[in-house]
Amino acid sequence: MAVAVEQRREQEARPAARRRVAAKGNFAVAMAVRDVDIDVAAIYPITPQVQIAEKITEYVANEELDAEVIHVESEHSAMSAVVAAAATGARVFTATASQGLEFMHEMLYIASGLRQPVVMALTTRALSAPINIWNDYSDAFGMRDTGWIMIFSENVQEAYDNVVQAYRIAEHPDVLLPVVVTLDGYILSHTVEPLEPLGREEALRFAPKRRYGYRPTLNPDMPMSFGVVGVPAWYHEIKYQQVRAMRESRRVIEETGREFGRRYGRSYGFIEEYMMDDAEVALVSLGATASLVKAAVNRLRKEGVKAGMVKIRVYRPFPAEELVKALENVEAVGTLNRAISYGGVVEDPLFMEVATALALRGIVKPMASFIHGMGGRDIFVRDIVAMYKKLMEHAKAGTSAKRTYFYGVKGHNPDDDQKM
Amino acid sequence: MEALKKPVRTIWDIPRPEQFAPGHNMCQGCAAALIMRMLMKVVGKDAIVVMGTGCVEVTTTPFPYTSWKNPWLHLAFENTAAGASGVEAALKALQRKYGVFKDRYIKVVAIAGDGGTFDIGLQSLSGMMERGHDVMYVVYDNEAYMNTGIQRSGATPLGAWTTTTPVGKRMRGEPRPKKDIIGIALAHRIPYIATANPAYPTDMMEKFRKAYETRGPSLVHVYSPCTPGWRIRNEHTIHVSRLAVQTGMWVQLEIENGKPRVTVKVPKRKPVREYLRIQGRFRHLTEEEIQKIQRMVDEYVEEINRWVGEQAIGPVVEE
Amino acid sequence: MTENQDVTRYLGKKYPTKWDEVPIAGIVPWPGNTEELKTHAWRTIKPVIDQEKCIRCRLCWVYCPDSAILEVDEEYVTSKGRRYKVSYKVDYDHCKGCGICAFECPVNAIQMVPEER
Repeated sequence: MAVAVEQRREQEARPAARRRVAAKGNFAVAMAVRDVDIDVAAIYPITPQVQIAEKITEYVANEELDAEVIHVESEHSAMSAVVAAAATGARVFTATASQGLEFMHEMLYIASGLRQPVVMALTTRALSAPINIWNDYSDAFGMRDTGWIMIFSENVQEAYDNVVQAYRIAEHPDVLLPVVVTLDGYILSHTVEPLEPLGREEALRFAPKRRYGYRPTLNPDMPMSFGVVGVPAWYHEIKYQQVRAMRESRRVIEETGREFGRRYGRSYGFIEEYMMDDAEVALVSLGATASLVKAAVNRLRKEGVKAGMVKIRVYRPFPAEELVKALENVEAVGTLNRAISYGGVVEDPLFMEVATALALRGIVKPMASFIHGMGGRDIFVRDIVAMYKKLMEHAKAGTSAKRTYFYGVKGHNPDDDQKM
Repeated sequence: MEALKKPVRTIWDIPRPEQFAPGHNMCQGCAAALIMRMLMKVVGKDAIVVMGTGCVEVTTTPFPYTSWKNPWLHLAFENTAAGASGVEAALKALQRKYGVFKDRYIKVVAIAGDGGTFDIGLQSLSGMMERGHDVMYVVYDNEAYMNTGIQRSGATPLGAWTTTTPVGKRMRGEPRPKKDIIGIALAHRIPYIATANPAYPTDMMEKFRKAYETRGPSLVHVYSPCTPGWRIRNEHTIHVSRLAVQTGMWVQLEIENGKPRVTVKVPKRKPVREYLRIQGRFRHLTEEEIQKIQRMVDEYVEEINRWVGEQAIGPVVEE
Repeated sequence: MTENQDVTRYLGKKYPTKWDEVPIAGIVPWPGNTEELKTHAWRTIKPVIDQEKCIRCRLCWVYCPDSAILEVDEEYVTSKGRRYKVSYKVDYDHCKGCGICAFECPVNAIQMVPEER
């Protein structure tokens, strides 16, 4: 951290976009939040997110950020407070992980149901029990149906860029939906990587604040009731509006990612394709796990295997069209996830959507789902290479795996998963 | 209408305009409806209301209708105080950074029932009070979960029948006395705490006014009879409220910066029997049980008198 | 500093008949409009104020949970020559017939009489 500060000071004179610092994911998020000049933050400490809260309060303490920080007594209150603050017209932020996200779960639906542009960072972490503070995506996948736009980050730079983009998306007059930006707990939250922050001026140029009152707010000069009883005669219509808002947010998300690339040289789409041009087998992944998959692809390519990868960056709204386009020509498709849907048709919730996206477009090909790395279990590149090889077996045999393969479980042969 | 600036000394000081609309679905004779009406007359238009789930919330806002003439926000059941904290913080930031509502004082008013305050909302209320948000918190206490159909809450008094404290062979209504929410507020050292009762509207409104004028957290705990829940006659709402004070079951308190005072003194107390016998929820009580409640109230009154340093509430005088 | 000209796009139509006329998130931007809803059908008995007996103490107006006692600047002179500047009238659209006004009236100037429909 001290290093990051020192470097930042040294480089203060350089043009904003070219300034490079070294920062952990947590600090990158805090910097982004500072740079977009939020008005209200309410964050309850939880590992591995807590440094975001620390850093933001430090910025406020040092007058680098003019914001109200609410030292809430729980995550439930954190989300309640930021939803209320957003409804009052403020630019807001919160961050959480794991149990904290579960504790505020009720409020996630209320944030989206009230159409409040809340932005949250989620340092993805396993869920209890047993208690585990390390990374997987159980928490993130638990909120997939809460009506939030969900953006996964692969590295520290993406975490920063995604947070800045999140404000532009969430507060866009055609969207007005909450956005969560994930960064893998510890793997990104606590890992120092090079970062090019935009700086406040540029971040605010990209995600400008809109005039007070452009969206409905709790305004005594224009009183409105927010959060009324959605009687059966109208609840259905209100929910359908939310569905439409989520569908239509795709345009703004796409524009935002493209515009970001135009201005700063780092383009963002719904998905990222890696070595997909001539790929014969592909794994679909997300978050920092995608970096490991890329490494596995590199290794396989050296062996002459035509492997490719598709990273899902925007998980909600789900990029079905983009994904299908990327995958339509491969021989076999696999998914690698760090979240479990117990008792599901397969246990990987990501696979269910990938398969549905393909099937609905008449594409049936050998498929397999893989789960590894629960609760911070290290995934090695060789494990992913093995998954690709398993996928190639399926491609050759023209069969799909009816059950999810669990890799990395001590004393367990993943092939046995198909027998039960 | 503007917030009430002058003290409310007589009922002629109560402003005529209504800041809370009729046509809501609160029950016939509901005290909460009256409390809201009086509260909104005090706080006026420059107030943002944050309301917890409960009777008042569901009865006043059936889409596409609202009884509220103020900006109003409902999030959920347990987070009224957290939502109010968020609104207050946002107002501060908007006023400071962008000059929104320049030179105007916008009050944040949190309203919740006893269940949303004593029980499920206690954590967020504690956080709000401890952090010192400039929020006036009004709890309308109908002494049970009335919205879901009369289940006991932490505010249900000793002996009261509810649907979850039924009267049978092994249970004789609520087995425990009411939670001391004022004591909890006191422990947070907030600048203004009061108890109020709709039978004493000027006293109640004066307390709302002082809570409004407080800069920092304030809590007004309002007694709110529920006609179906208490099994009382619709027209007895005010009558029961008055008896609660006259019997010492409810003491009209005000604690300004830690200094307590009884605002409605009762030189001669009526026996609690008079309060209990007109309510169906206490109908099952035996004379022995009534005496137990009487002794509890006697002790409570003694404690209050000691605390305020005078005999604010006198002895029971049978008429 | 409250410019709201653009906000109208979110506020739907009063009153909506289809999904895209509903205000965003089901917000109700029509303050106090429950007043348009009549609650008189709740009543089985109704209050009738005897203007002769009424001493204009204001208690019925104060205690009404439904704002259904109206305080109006209408002069009234009783048969005994007592002159009052205000009168109290019942808003029969919103009165639910709880009877608090009659019960609390110190001079029995309000009678609850059966509602006839």
